Amino acid sequence: MKSNLNVFLKGIMDVSPLMIPVVPFGLIFGVLAIDIGFSPLETMGMSLIIFGGASQIVLLQLFSGGASSLVIISSVGAVNSRHLLYGAVVSEHLSDLKLIWKIIISYFLIDQAFAISNEYLKKNKQSNKYFHLVGAGATCWVIWQSTTLLGIVLGEAIPDKLGLSFAVPLTFLALLVNDFRKLINVVVIIISGLVATIGFNYIPFKAYVIVSALIGLFTAMILTKVIKK
Amino acid sequence: MSNWSLIIYCGIITYLTRFSMIALIKKEMFNDRIREILSYVPSAIFPAIIFPAIFINDSGLFQIEDNPKIIAALIAMIIGIFSRSILATIFSGLASYWFLIFVV
Repeated sequence: MKSNLNVFLKGIMDVSPLMIPVVPFGLIFGVLAIDIGFSPLETMGMSLIIFGGASQIVLLQLFSGGASSLVIISSVGAVNSRHLLYGAVVSEHLSDLKLIWKIIISYFLIDQAFAISNEYLKKNKQSNKYFHLVGAGATCWVIWQSTTLLGIVLGEAIPDKLGLSFAVPLTFLALLVNDFRKLINVVVIIISGLVATIGFNYIPFKAYVIVSALIGLFTAMILTKVIKK
Repeated sequence: MSNWSLIIYCGIITYLTRFSMIALIKKEMFNDRIREILSYVPSAIFPAIIFPAIFINDSGLFQIEDNPKIIAALIAMIIGIFSRSILATIFSGLASYWFLIFVV
């Protein structure tokens, strides 16, 4: 059996390519938060306490737009509801763990770590395989905190044209490379993407992410049933 | 509400979305059908983040003309399909995006 450290290091290795777009994302988050009027300590606090790129950007956008706290908190909740699905997917592999490990791992259950470690968890059987998720999550944590800090310190020295707006979708696109070859996946991808694009302006509280995801899953449910018969 | 309470509440709600399913679901609740459907979770969620970020501009409007993100995403996707490499996909996407906005 591989040692815990080996599995942890494998998690770090596997997630590293996904950290490239996180660097500009973290930097610009730091710059933006200061620009909007949060103190350096509050900005760092956001990355430490929330630890979620999408949620933090939504918080900033709504805060600078003058939204009420209730709207901000419910929007952050809606954007994050996708984690419910991530949790449901990985829970099968974590259900035998002690509560303390579930508490720790939950903090690291972010998009990139989920996407990478889910593959590993599915393919491996050894009881310490969850260290892969810890390794991937901890890597994201280090990169996110250090780039936030760098963004706060460097501030306006960072050109905002570098492409933050593209780094995020690109990460998720890269995570789907293996799914573009499978018919049902392609259909699910297109439907979810279209619903999100249309719903972006019409579904309140940024809930378009979870609405599109559920419609996509429902499509998968029907297609897998029809195609099997 | 102070900034700190806002940050803490957002942190709590974020954490709960991550923790709740891991805490509640037991291994015995899974069967092959549920596993099959859950295997589509990435394909169902990620496009909901990708599509609006590419097609909807900063003003919240649908933009298909003069939009380098669409071309860069297509290039990244094609490279991704053939290489099956996350790294190659990200590099080709960023490189073509920068090329389109800075050079062309």
